[in-house]
Amino acid sequence: MKRIASLAVAAIVTLALGACQLSPKTATQNGYRGTGMDQIQLTKVAMAKDEVPAPPYDPPATDGQRAKEVYQNVQVLGDESADQFNYTMAAITQWVSPEQGCNYCHNPENMASDELYTKVVARRMLQMTRNINRNWKQHVAATGVTCWTCHRGNAIPANYWTMPAAGKSGIIGNRHGQNDPVPESAFSSLPNASLALYITGDPKVDQNIRVQTTGLHPGSGNKTSTMSTENSYAIMMHTSQALGVNCTFCHNSQSFQDWSISTPQRAKAWYGIRMVRETNGQYITPLATVFPAKRKGTEGDPFKVNCTTCHQGKNKPMGGAQMAKDYHALWGETTPAVMAAPAAPAAAPAGGAPAR
Amino acid sequence: MALLSFERKYRVRGGTLIGGDLFDFWVGPFYVGFFGVVTAIFASLGTALIFYAASQGSTWNPWLISIAPPDLKYGLALAPLKEGGFWQVITVCALISFSSWALREVEICRKLGMGYHVPVAFGMAIFAYFTLVVIRPVLLGAWHWGFPYGIFSHLDWVSNTGYQYLHFHYNPAHMLAVSFFFTTTLALALHGALVLSAVNPPTGSEVKTPEYEDTFFRDLIGYSVGTLGIHRVGLLLALNAGFWSAVCIVISGPLWTKGWPEWWTWWLNLPIWS
Repeated sequence: MKRIASLAVAAIVTLALGACQLSPKTATQNGYRGTGMDQIQLTKVAMAKDEVPAPPYDPPATDGQRAKEVYQNVQVLGDESADQFNYTMAAITQWVSPEQGCNYCHNPENMASDELYTKVVARRMLQMTRNINRNWKQHVAATGVTCWTCHRGNAIPANYWTMPAAGKSGIIGNRHGQNDPVPESAFSSLPNASLALYITGDPKVDQNIRVQTTGLHPGSGNKTSTMSTENSYAIMMHTSQALGVNCTFCHNSQSFQDWSISTPQRAKAWYGIRMVRETNGQYITPLATVFPAKRKGTEGDPFKVNCTTCHQGKNKPMGGAQMAKDYHALWGETTPAVMAAPAAPAAAPAGGAPAR
Repeated sequence: MALLSFERKYRVRGGTLIGGDLFDFWVGPFYVGFFGVVTAIFASLGTALIFYAASQGSTWNPWLISIAPPDLKYGLALAPLKEGGFWQVITVCALISFSSWALREVEICRKLGMGYHVPVAFGMAIFAYFTLVVIRPVLLGAWHWGFPYGIFSHLDWVSNTGYQYLHFHYNPAHMLAVSFFFTTTLALALHGALVLSAVNPPTGSEVKTPEYEDTFFRDLIGYSVGTLGIHRVGLLLALNAGFWSAVCIVISGPLWTKGWPEWWTWWLNLPIWS
């Protein structure tokens, strides 16, 4: 009997430790001592380096003949020098279609032709990249983004989302879009399609993430229910997973909504959410008519971006590697004719509390 | 304080662990003993330090006074007094006085010739505190990981530390601890209600014997654990509550760094169905 019991205990202890992370940890302090605002990571996770490709060759001069004078049908990069234009094309090939090469987007018989849908998409993506680098410095700062930030050598970025299929009706087997552990909800029982409520970029769809009430609840001013906090919580779980951080990276849980006790990263994230909305709403969703069905979700919408698309487990994508500085063409003017004005994030979250 | 009529016969000499007869005396109704002296010294010193550290803080509002542990950069070294050093010294005083109090309980048990249930039970509470302020900080390599001594501030620490793991209710040991705490209070409520019912009969009827109490629960749930048994159950539940509390915090960080919901993917990934 004793032998069986000790064997059982040994087996349970072994199994329990098998589900643990025993390797060394690295910690950072995010708030005043004693507040419990800290991050603990496995050292190997904290130290893991993302691949950052070197430029295809030394960046060429930005003067000389313009690309639009040398090549036909250059709608976005026309004002770059022809050398910069070729350099950018070489880099994009390396970032997005390293195996397929130039012909992934171009007809080799006529490079100017728009007959391949991938070329039309790539043009819009260049406008998107410029928009992010020029107009969203509150989020990407001077680091900026390149195609690589999302693509990482894949024609389709590894992390994307699409609108969820309509839920089952009836009671039996109906999980009401939750209780199904997926990475988007950090494997919790929370709703697993919260992104579709908050970051589509369609102002008619996107809701306020913040549902915290400042008065007695429920009141006439705030009709949101406890149920809707589950969706808020779910998208926050997504953000945490995407950045490889916990809630206290941005918030002091004493009051999640209070900007004065939040960390500076929360303001970064606030702009990031708006950047993602604009990116999805202005640049990706309008491509629904361009993408073939295999590049769209079950609901016919293109693959959209979320926090993970760029961050991929790092609070700064690629550990903050400054890659975009080598690519003059990614910082150019955004072409007004095809651009919608970015949402005005001027109501900075530092002081008051912006609505969404 | 008046001496209870039956207390005199419990005032027996001997049973001390340290100091022989030197501290084997009473002050009023209180047994002193070597460990009583140690407790008095360190409890007073710790309390005085709490007041002094509070005087160096920004507020005298009793809800808001907080004596915080050191910054992460000090690791397991001593920190300057006003930057966590007070917390370190107060923690040492607290641990010495708690442990001495437990050993004083041991001496009393020896005098009375009874088992060590009371000091063992108190020891579990000390163990939980020791886990929070010593074992986990040592495992994580910094006194920074202790909790701050303040009414609101320690609650904020608990909240933020929970949110470090996204959703602490998914911590398996926290689940056990919470269940044991709730079950402890449920058992105490049932037991208290039963005893009060038995000893407060309606006017005109007699106080009920334990046989009535047993019958009540046998009728209600088919089983009565009995008058002695309920105290064993209570002890078991309460000790487990404290023990699993200690486990649930010591595994958060030293043994798991991600969100607790994700820990359960071991179940989802079992080769049986994955």
